[in-house]
Amino acid sequence: MSDGLVVENLTVNYGAIRAIRNISFTVSANEMVAVIGANGAGKSTLLKALSGMIAPVSGSATWNGISLQKKRPEELVRLGIVHVSEGKSVIPELTVDENLALGGLWRRDKLDVSAALRDSLNLFPILATRLAQRADSLSGGERQMLAIARALVSRPKLLLMDEPSLGLAPMIIDQIFDALNHLRNQLGLAILLVEQNAVSALKIADRGLVLNLGELVKSGSSIELLGDADLRTAYLGF
Amino acid sequence: MLKRRHSPLQRGGFLLVCGVVLLVASNFVDELRSYQGAQVAVYLVAISSIILLTGYSGQISLGHGAIMAIGSYAAALAFTLWNFSFEFAILFGMLVGTLAGFILGVAAARLSGPYLAGTTLALAVGLPSIADQFKVLGGEQGLNFDIGDPPGWIKKFEGSDFTQYKWFFWLMAIVALFVIWAITNLLQSSYGRNWRAARNNPVAASLAGINVVRGKVLAFTVSSALASLAGALFGILLGIVTPSAFPLALSFTILTGAVLAGVGNLAGSIAGAVVLVAIPEFSGALATHLGSSQKLTANLPGLVTSLLLIFVVLFKPEGLLQKNRAKSIKQLNS
Amino acid sequence: MIFIDTLLLGISSGAIYSLMALALVLVWRSTRVVNFAQASQAVLSTYVGYEITMRTHNYWVSLPVAILFGAALGSSIDLLFMFYLAKKVRSGPIAEIAPVIATLGLLGLLQSIIGLIWGNSFLQYSTPLSGKGFTFGNHTVPFSPQNLLIVLATALVLIVFGVVFKFTNLGLALRAASFQPEIAQLAGIRVGRIRNIGWAFAGAAGAVAGAVITPTSVLSPNSLDLLLVSGFIAAVMGGLDSLVGAVIGGLVLGIGFAFILQYVGSSVTFLAGFFILVIVLLIRPRGLFGHQLGRHA
Repeated sequence: MSDGLVVENLTVNYGAIRAIRNISFTVSANEMVAVIGANGAGKSTLLKALSGMIAPVSGSATWNGISLQKKRPEELVRLGIVHVSEGKSVIPELTVDENLALGGLWRRDKLDVSAALRDSLNLFPILATRLAQRADSLSGGERQMLAIARALVSRPKLLLMDEPSLGLAPMIIDQIFDALNHLRNQLGLAILLVEQNAVSALKIADRGLVLNLGELVKSGSSIELLGDADLRTAYLGF
Repeated sequence: MLKRRHSPLQRGGFLLVCGVVLLVASNFVDELRSYQGAQVAVYLVAISSIILLTGYSGQISLGHGAIMAIGSYAAALAFTLWNFSFEFAILFGMLVGTLAGFILGVAAARLSGPYLAGTTLALAVGLPSIADQFKVLGGEQGLNFDIGDPPGWIKKFEGSDFTQYKWFFWLMAIVALFVIWAITNLLQSSYGRNWRAARNNPVAASLAGINVVRGKVLAFTVSSALASLAGALFGILLGIVTPSAFPLALSFTILTGAVLAGVGNLAGSIAGAVVLVAIPEFSGALATHLGSSQKLTANLPGLVTSLLLIFVVLFKPEGLLQKNRAKSIKQLNS
Repeated sequence: MIFIDTLLLGISSGAIYSLMALALVLVWRSTRVVNFAQASQAVLSTYVGYEITMRTHNYWVSLPVAILFGAALGSSIDLLFMFYLAKKVRSGPIAEIAPVIATLGLLGLLQSIIGLIWGNSFLQYSTPLSGKGFTFGNHTVPFSPQNLLIVLATALVLIVFGVVFKFTNLGLALRAASFQPEIAQLAGIRVGRIRNIGWAFAGAAGAVAGAVITPTSVLSPNSLDLLLVSGFIAAVMGGLDSLVGAVIGGLVLGIGFAFILQYVGSSVTFLAGFFILVIVLLIRPRGLFGHQLGRHA
């Protein structure tokens, strides 16, 4: 089946380090797959390779049959693949509404851009109250919401979420994870969720991939993984 | 490459030998080459000032020509007005230049990138013209800085045909070699390491205990000392110090020389200096060969220099002499 | 009377600096590079305009041609040169100053080429507008119809690009691409193309500057060099990110120079410029209207 994200034997270097070794997995529409593992396991590098920021050494990645190889990030956005990371999605010097508008700049259908903007603001109403403020005046949680909201303006099909809960209070994390849930269920997005917070991630994801030192050591449904005590102590530290 | 692994004493020995070789060799070349040799020495000192400031401390100056002017004028004043001997005149020039550099450095420490570039540019354009304002500086005619014939003892030693230009070459080559020795030691010391650390990552450096601002000011001050020394020597070489000797183009020329050398690479400064002196001669010859029209002679040197500069920046940012680019960049960033 | 004259002189020369400063700010805002080659790009565009006036005897026709050429030249330089530079030089001690050195090299290169084609002698770019000041009664002020054109051109460039940057999608893309090119890429913006447009804009603005300023003096390969320096100082003083700052910086510099010239003397004017700049930057290290340093992601 060539639908969705299909990754085969992907190997990626980060500088001189082999960060990802021979990884294969899939993510389909309407599905959320969590990528978990200790720090330095290569999770963020995986997302960077998939969004065009780093070129893999070998292996392949396709989306709906289209190869992601050798494409620049801006081309992948046009395919519907959006990398969402608090540090890489928000421009601090611009205002909130300018940041949101960024997501729609490449699109031809300006009417739908307005609609997408409205949808985003419905999902995160707090942003509507901060439209004229500079993005660097937002709290951490609001910036994360802004990152997701901006991604949505591009009408993505695959979201590459990079540690959305990092540095956030539990209540805000809940809000954001609820939003992700909504995106998968109501909008049918495919979501690859990289997370430090393994338990919370597995609770909302359908499946999980466990990375250790760049290798895929375990995969399965979230229920399986949550119930696997050895896994928890060996790789997740609790 | 001798520079990195060896002790100051070994370096000193090597440079001493180089010095002797140069001095002996100078007996076999004509006046023009002696003069050019002295020019190379002056450029060497000037280029090293930029390598220290920009390559190691990461601050950009488009106005070092003005600092050379300060050193030059101060030295000339001391020589003509207050009858200092030329050695003390040079030292006085360095002193004034260092002081100016310190003040400038304090202001510069707060500025970065293009803002610092703009400020130094303004200085380069603004400073030389004040010679017209203050009579003591001699206006457009400038100040005399003719240090006369070589001293008696050299003539006795080398023969009475020891010319002024050869004397200049000896003097400036020795100074330049000493500068290379001293600055290499400085750059290999903890000062140099601190400068590089602060340049690469100021936040990390200050967290590691390095006083970034103090380092920047120090770098600017030492760099100005070198530039004003070069200026003083330059004045001696010209025999007269005028505002037109320090146009904006001079600051750009020194910067070019530093880039050709490889901004972080003191050893390359020799190549840079030689190229700077060689270009006018080479393009003059080329222009004659191609028919020496007015357009050619006027524009060929600039064309060659610019092409060389662009070539180096694009293809050999580590400088003309370096072989292994990745290695040298890694070394500099460590 | 002298005061008004000096003020007008200051405004007319200030407008000239502002125009140059605007071109520099445009490149900076689109690409975070200070383009020293701006002077020679503008001069080259002016030479093209000059050739048009020589053939058509029409100044007004030469203006749009020069502007279009300036835009095309700016775009070509970006494609052939800066793009390549950005890819090649990513790290090392020269990384920050490499673009500066590169544009300095380009400055010299273009000037040499101009000299080789047209020679270095002074040419006159003729304009139908008078270079003589307006007269009120029997007093002639140092402000001519050509000076008025310069002021109008400055205002036009400021307004057009101010509107583009602030109110259009293109302007937003330009700003985003210059602040954080990687983030802009991840948002789907073709940063390569956007940067190219920025260079074209700056080239056009430089051409405007050259075409309206040069008739007041002479045309030669180096004729805009000093102006570049003053424009750069003005841009830095105003804050490199700000178009309005560029204009205000230019006016401050022009008026400052005029008054110092009148009341003190010609030899200290540039040094005064240095001191003005230092004082401004000590109070506001990012220029009068520059962006304050915010937290970075």
